[in-house]
Amino acid sequence: MKKFTIKQISVTGITLLLLLLFPLVITQTYLIHVMILVFMFGMLGVAWNIMGGYAGMFSFGQAAFFGIGAYTSSFLLVTFQINPWIGLIAGGLVAALMAAAIGYPCSNLRGHYFAIATIAFGEIVRIHFNNWKLVNAAEGITIPMMDESLANFMFHSSKLPYYYIMLAFLLLALVICYFVANSKMGYYFRAIKESHDVAEVLGVNVVRYRLIAIMVSAFLSAMAGTFYAQYILYIDPESVMLLAISVQIVLISMLGGAGTIMGPVIGAAILLPISELTRIWLGHKGTGVDMLIYGFLITLISVYQPQGIWGLFANIGKKKNG
Amino acid sequence: MDKSTCLEVKGLSKWFGGLAANLDIDFSVEEGEIVSVIGPNGAGKSTLFNCITGFYKPNSGKVSFFGKDITKFRADKVCNLGIARTFQIVQVISDMTVLENVVTGALLRYTRIGPATEKAEEILTFTGLIDKKSFLGSELTIADKKRLEVSMALATQPRLLMLDESMAGLTIVELRNIMNLIKKIRDQGMTLIVVEHVMEAVMEISDRVIVLNSGKKIMEGLPKEVVSCQEVIQAYLGDKYRAVC
Repeated sequence: MKKFTIKQISVTGITLLLLLLFPLVITQTYLIHVMILVFMFGMLGVAWNIMGGYAGMFSFGQAAFFGIGAYTSSFLLVTFQINPWIGLIAGGLVAALMAAAIGYPCSNLRGHYFAIATIAFGEIVRIHFNNWKLVNAAEGITIPMMDESLANFMFHSSKLPYYYIMLAFLLLALVICYFVANSKMGYYFRAIKESHDVAEVLGVNVVRYRLIAIMVSAFLSAMAGTFYAQYILYIDPESVMLLAISVQIVLISMLGGAGTIMGPVIGAAILLPISELTRIWLGHKGTGVDMLIYGFLITLISVYQPQGIWGLFANIGKKKNG
Repeated sequence: MDKSTCLEVKGLSKWFGGLAANLDIDFSVEEGEIVSVIGPNGAGKSTLFNCITGFYKPNSGKVSFFGKDITKFRADKVCNLGIARTFQIVQVISDMTVLENVVTGALLRYTRIGPATEKAEEILTFTGLIDKKSFLGSELTIADKKRLEVSMALATQPRLLMLDESMAGLTIVELRNIMNLIKKIRDQGMTLIVVEHVMEAVMEISDRVIVLNSGKKIMEGLPKEVVSCQEVIQAYLGDKYRAVC
């Protein structure tokens, strides 16, 4: 494992401190909400990155895992009064199982073909939930009001607890991604990304490692889903399973830098404020303007900086050092 | 079976539709030998490699490695048992450094990055790429890429190393270097099977030569015997080469 430089430790420490202090200084609820979304999409991006950025499996179906997480915990809570924290783990496990079920038959699909399969998967899941009476079909699920407490995963008086919980989730995802990237698994994922042949010739069980990547990714995405359900307190297929969400997750990761640990977080920190700001400035008329800006940025990035914005930082660092 | 038989191929056939890429091929390789497989383009050399290493499933026949039947094994399992190979079209991980590439190979025998890195550096020193260890895979010349691919294969700590045209397209100096490397690898006690077109290299390094033509084995023998065999000359080397002999 690599040793950290003092600079890296101090930058990380200061950033963390600033994030911890942010909601205490900035008290506008709206800005805190935007930050929560940045963390949440950051986490979804990190989850995508494990399979997409490292293992080269471009998933356009992440919203399905996100939605399955949200639905599992909410369904368990509403029907069986099961605590959402348990629902969080259950949602992760269900999503990971679904990921394995879809990942295994897709083991031989590479590149675009895998991406197409994940679009189909995401849409099948969404349409299924839209018509599934057991989970209220298109009506969605309203999370019942409970007492405000950490144990209940519910807070009414302030967004602060949500802010810190989501920040903690994001950090957890980053730590997992860090350990994956710097372990045998990370090396094998990158070999698989290069080509299945080169991985196999080095003794990598490609099917197994692809399944691990997709399952870890699904678990983390589902955690974010449960968070979303407990935060917004209402879910329906159109709000948690849309293809647009999947696409946004991919864009965030690609813009920030696929295959880097911090890339997706940087991507989320840039793109989400853009969508929120256009929504404020342009209101309903502005629908799609954020996508227009995304498209423009993605074009710029793919032409001039294919490794994403994080790659830009890394390059500057390299030039400075040598 | 003889204990020192490293690889034994019996009646191996591989069909692509109506085309027999390999037809009823028999041969065996003793431990510590360098065996070359030669033949004109399309003779089935690479197919043979792919059948042995689990990338293709042969239609019939049997492949045994130190007495163990590996015919139906997946490629990664074959590698795990101790057969490493390189590809005709060189395959390295382009966005990894040279060192990381070799570490990935070494991780087959180690769980932790630290010891795998030590092993990788040892191998790079052996193959002479250590000075370029922080270059990216995509930044290497073709000769260095081939050398890296051999290093990656060695990192999986094989007992049998199979090189598919590791010398094609190299300059004379590069050729010399890789030939020396192959001999060095053999001196470490490894068995090698080499597919090669460069005849001067084949003549110099091989203990035995197997000649394929149109999917069939037409000859097997010492390098000297092979180049003087009438059938081989006609099928592969052409009349011009006979004049030289």
